[in-house]
Amino acid sequence: MATVTSEPALAVRGAMTPLPYRVARKRRENHDNWTLELEPVDEAIEPIGPGQFTMLYAFGVGEVPISTSGDLEHDGTTLVHTIRAVGAVTKALCAAGAGDVLGVRGPFGNTWPVDAAHGRDLVVVGGGVGLPPLRPIVYHALRHRKDFERVVVLYGGRTPDDLLFRRELDRWRGRLDGNVDVTVDAAGSDWTGKVGVVTKLIPQAAFDPETAVCYVVGPEIMMRFTARALIDRGVTRDRIWISMERTMRCGVGLCGHCQLGPTLICRDGPVYRLDELAPLLEVPEL
Amino acid sequence: MASILQAGDLDSLFGALRDRGYRVVGPTVRDGAIVYAEIESAAALPGGWTDEQAPARYRLARRDDEAFFGYAVGPHSWKAELLPPSVRLWQARRENGGFAVEDEVTDTGPTAFLGVRPCELSAIAIQDRVFVGGEHQDADYAARRADAFLVAVDCGDPSELCFCTSVGGGPDAREGFDLALTELLEPEHRFLVRAGSPAGEDVLAGLPTTEATEDDHRAAAALTAVAAHEMEGRFDATDLHDLLLRNLESPSWDNVAERCLSCGNCTLVCPTCFCTHVTDTTSLDGATAERTRVWDTCFSLQYAEMHGGNTRPTTRARYRQWLTHKLATWQDQFDSIGCVGCGRCIAWCPVGIDIRDEVRAIRAEEETHAHA
Amino acid sequence: MRTLDALITESPVFRGLEQDQLDLVAGCASNVTFDAGERLFGEGDPADTFYLVRHGIVAVDTYVPNRGQLTIETAGPGEIVGWSWLVPPYRWHFTGRAVEAVRAVQFDGACLRQKCEDDPLLGYDLLTRFAQVLVSRLEATHFQLMDVYGDRNE
Repeated sequence: MATVTSEPALAVRGAMTPLPYRVARKRRENHDNWTLELEPVDEAIEPIGPGQFTMLYAFGVGEVPISTSGDLEHDGTTLVHTIRAVGAVTKALCAAGAGDVLGVRGPFGNTWPVDAAHGRDLVVVGGGVGLPPLRPIVYHALRHRKDFERVVVLYGGRTPDDLLFRRELDRWRGRLDGNVDVTVDAAGSDWTGKVGVVTKLIPQAAFDPETAVCYVVGPEIMMRFTARALIDRGVTRDRIWISMERTMRCGVGLCGHCQLGPTLICRDGPVYRLDELAPLLEVPEL
Repeated sequence: MASILQAGDLDSLFGALRDRGYRVVGPTVRDGAIVYAEIESAAALPGGWTDEQAPARYRLARRDDEAFFGYAVGPHSWKAELLPPSVRLWQARRENGGFAVEDEVTDTGPTAFLGVRPCELSAIAIQDRVFVGGEHQDADYAARRADAFLVAVDCGDPSELCFCTSVGGGPDAREGFDLALTELLEPEHRFLVRAGSPAGEDVLAGLPTTEATEDDHRAAAALTAVAAHEMEGRFDATDLHDLLLRNLESPSWDNVAERCLSCGNCTLVCPTCFCTHVTDTTSLDGATAERTRVWDTCFSLQYAEMHGGNTRPTTRARYRQWLTHKLATWQDQFDSIGCVGCGRCIAWCPVGIDIRDEVRAIRAEEETHAHA
Repeated sequence: MRTLDALITESPVFRGLEQDQLDLVAGCASNVTFDAGERLFGEGDPADTFYLVRHGIVAVDTYVPNRGQLTIETAGPGEIVGWSWLVPPYRWHFTGRAVEAVRAVQFDGACLRQKCEDDPLLGYDLLTRFAQVLVSRLEATHFQLMDVYGDRNE
């Protein structure tokens, strides 16, 4: 007579269990954005790819999905995340100092297909806090300059005080033949740069719309306007890649929250090719 | 060949399961409904009870026989056992300048589910695909699932709301069970018992059964055939996936939104709905923290809340999300339809929204439009 | 030294104009330069000119009490600054300032309005071109007003 006994479920790390990571370095980017460099206390997560995110946990407060903004071929096991302090969790994360321990789950999601731009012009368009998830692409392009033709970075922010990575943008401008263009929606008269929406930078930007591959991140409405401007200039939807965002609770496709129609953003995204997602984006409140 | 277990010997099944270390969860009458709870013997079963169901209506009524399983389905489903409403995932403790995390170990123990309807077998299979069929598995679900012993019971009395045959199911248990029972009342009260796994065979071997005759088999087949026939034509699932995704802006959604209270009852009683969210809490002194997974509903206003807004602020959007997920996009995500045709969402909706009618309305609206 | 014609057709607004039309337009145009910080026009001034920027950046400013001087738009090479010459009462609504040294083609709006009146076909063609630019500027302004750069994380 067989007897069924229950073996205690092995205490292996489940998909919902964070790994401890220590804040190695912290840099303030502007009045409400910080970049944290995190190092594993013990076990590290799998190497993170461009476009992917981790769920960052502030002890006792909660978790949020944050994309990597690092130089992935150089960072090793260090995780680099640029975070805007807007809610309870992000404020707690941004309040962490060097030596403090946060929790990390991941990496989750899919990656930017950077090799789609091999032999072509590579265009990156960031809006607001959309620039950090794009930064790994720029680092990659700088490290593999010969793989690409022109590399163009277009960036729009709310005001000069809200811009991220200003010094880095200047350095990139020097290394990318001046093809780094920045604009803000509004400014005081001490700003000597461009004022106007980021889409205004597209008509004159130095890329061939017939062949260029574009990577766009920002608020959904900014991505829509930008896509329209790129398409008006002749870029086809199958050469525009975007990064989507929805409420996330688990990051592993088990909680249902990040659905957009048939797709699960944590599992099938957050990176999508525009032509594949376009029909869904056109349905309000989907 | 299957076996026959006399109704009077049903307690032997309880004994055999208990001897093997199982706690038995099965149907019982409580608070005017047939719910699932831990039960000790056949005496706790809803003998002689049936359910009368209609949109926004569920009542128990007495049968004129003593059938143990003479009802359709109640408000509970087996997801309460496999995906409990609240599960602590881990605890964490501050130490050494950081923190240490201790995963929770599932310790419910082996559990026998007695009285699993074929639609519920389908529902469990559907949730299996979600929780153990993907890239990331849910450790807690997997542990509970491995420890579960399923005793299915064929359906002889579908309710007015049942439509399992329209979504690929049927009143007879086909697979995914350890034991399957068909309750026969005439000429004597007995059960046809089939084993569906080695564990099931083991339990069956220890029961006081006799070999089933051809008459027994015929009676069992007739029972479920009649039940299937009763449910014929209750739901037109033709082209369901594409129909819904073609009509995301149908006026029918506005129509149902006027009636829907966004209460989430449907998601609570649905045997396949699985959305959860996690809560992170900390002790008052901040020394320990824990994460708990709790049931969530896509009908709640918070469900689609993001910084900077809400992607589904209207009832219309949330109802559409639920129904299109259940009947259409679930197929894209998990290779099967999400609905098993149990009718619970119809009975337990306070305003009696019937998803079959809603689909019919969308279809009709599309047709009207096409000819306009 | 490029001819005025060539400079004018640098702008998408005037690209593809027939030569005789181009001559008419050029007849109302002249080359101008501004030093960094120099004002091109002031809010409330009569608006009888508009500019096609060739080099440099022109900022369109306004003074907002409690917030100070705000730049609401900049125009760079190839872009037009000034639309108030098109409609009565022909007064500038904003102040124009050269952010850095600017070279531009300045158009006499009154001259151009007269030529359009004399030659309605030219007038229709020019207005159609300006309308397209204005529509796309309006869309951009809508986008700007949405103030979309809210929060991305959490």
